[in-house]
Amino acid sequence: MAAEHSSIAEQVGAVARRSVVRTLRQRGLIVFPLVFPLILFGINGTALSAATRIPGFPPVSYRAFALAVPFMQGSLFVAVTAGTDLARDIESGFFNRLSLTPLRGSALLAGQLGGALVIACVQAIAYLLVGIATGVGIASGVGGALVMLVLSVLISFGFAGLGTLLALRFGNGEAVQAVFPLFFVTLFLSSSSLPRNLIKIAWFHDVATYNPVSYLIEGIRSLVITGWDGQALALGFGFALALAVISLGASSVEMRRRLGRT
Amino acid sequence: MRRLVYVARAVAWRSIHNTIVSPSIIVPSIIFPLFFFAAFAGGLSKIAQVPNFDYKPGYTAFQFVFVFLQSAAFGGVFTGFAVARDFDSGFARRLLLSAPHRGGIIVGYVIGALLRWCITGGVVTVVALVAGMDVPGSAVDLLALVALGVLMNLVAALWACGLAMFLRTEQAGAVIQMPVFVVLFLAPVYVPLRLLSGWVHSVARLNPATFALEAARGLLAGTPVDLALAFSLLAGSVLFWSIFARAGLRSAERAAG
Repeated sequence: MAAEHSSIAEQVGAVARRSVVRTLRQRGLIVFPLVFPLILFGINGTALSAATRIPGFPPVSYRAFALAVPFMQGSLFVAVTAGTDLARDIESGFFNRLSLTPLRGSALLAGQLGGALVIACVQAIAYLLVGIATGVGIASGVGGALVMLVLSVLISFGFAGLGTLLALRFGNGEAVQAVFPLFFVTLFLSSSSLPRNLIKIAWFHDVATYNPVSYLIEGIRSLVITGWDGQALALGFGFALALAVISLGASSVEMRRRLGRT
Repeated sequence: MRRLVYVARAVAWRSIHNTIVSPSIIVPSIIFPLFFFAAFAGGLSKIAQVPNFDYKPGYTAFQFVFVFLQSAAFGGVFTGFAVARDFDSGFARRLLLSAPHRGGIIVGYVIGALLRWCITGGVVTVVALVAGMDVPGSAVDLLALVALGVLMNLVAALWACGLAMFLRTEQAGAVIQMPVFVVLFLAPVYVPLRLLSGWVHSVARLNPATFALEAARGLLAGTPVDLALAFSLLAGSVLFWSIFARAGLRSAERAAG
């Protein structure tokens, strides 16, 4: 039994090492998803500062309010990176060759997410440091900053699972890229720009309320602007965990189907 | 001249045909502006309550103008992606060898960008009207607004085509897109210029996109402002980026041998 566990760990390690090295070699995959959310944060953090004069807006700078958004945008980019990498393996035939080896499907899935996790960690740390460097204080302190990183990586992991699911389902990178705008839509239609109680248009308010992304953002945001808010954190971690479990579970089923077909 | 028209017509037809028959191309180019519109006009409408926000037609119209011009610019950018894809696939090399007038290639792609924007701009306008947007501007004002959009589309298309011809790879997508995105977002997107503060206000004051945006918002409201300046800046940009696109074509010709 122990030998079997060790064997799976080795398999995950080998696939993860390849995934990490491949990701690190493609600097574009790291730089663009890192820089783009920071540019938007830099612009919107100042351009939308007039929003703080809306009655009922939390008594913080807009930059502090908006810091959670790059974390979410980064997670969406991680989903595309994870999906595109796996799709490329499927398109190039590498996945088929792997399926002829004793490698387990679960090890392949877990290992493939290794590169995505590296990007997720780098991004989360960079966003946090940029936020602090631009004068944003973390209301929950150092402990809260660490919890932010954990929540952010968990969210990225969940979205990476979605990217992997798409790659396994469609088998080509173009399809994964094409679905990317839909991921972004979930961010647009959330409480990313204003608190939900300040969203005036009824349909938008309803969509933002039912959109899980609102709670992921609010979980991170609460640590920045409120401090330790148990409800926001429970909802944030709850939805992040649910996303990870559902996306990885569905990916496992899809992986078995694809391996069986191969 | 006939040869230029012949090439331009063929390239433009192919460009718009590819756009219409490929859901992966047409759907994102329509959906993106619509979601920007929904997110800004819907999610941020409370910003109209900020003291001194006095755009008479309301926040939906305020955001419509930005999304209208943004869709024009991105119609050009997406055409740049198509040019890059043509170089990656080898089609552009064959096109360079067979075209009797290579200048027609740029003209064709630019016309393709304009036709593409006719679709996305039309959809965005219909959605905004259905959403109850107030339009106090006269027919002449609205024609001038469309003319600003056409010029914006030309500027972006010439920039994108030129750069795609210099770089000749699909991987150039981010490099083509990012500057346009940044220039547009460094204009007064969410509030009028006078309500901006900090470094964004300083940059927006000098940003050519600001003049186009403020003029377009004035036209929709029926109170034109700085029209001559906006049109002159955009016309000058068209000229400048035409030279850039021609240089890109020369670079591609040299690479093709």
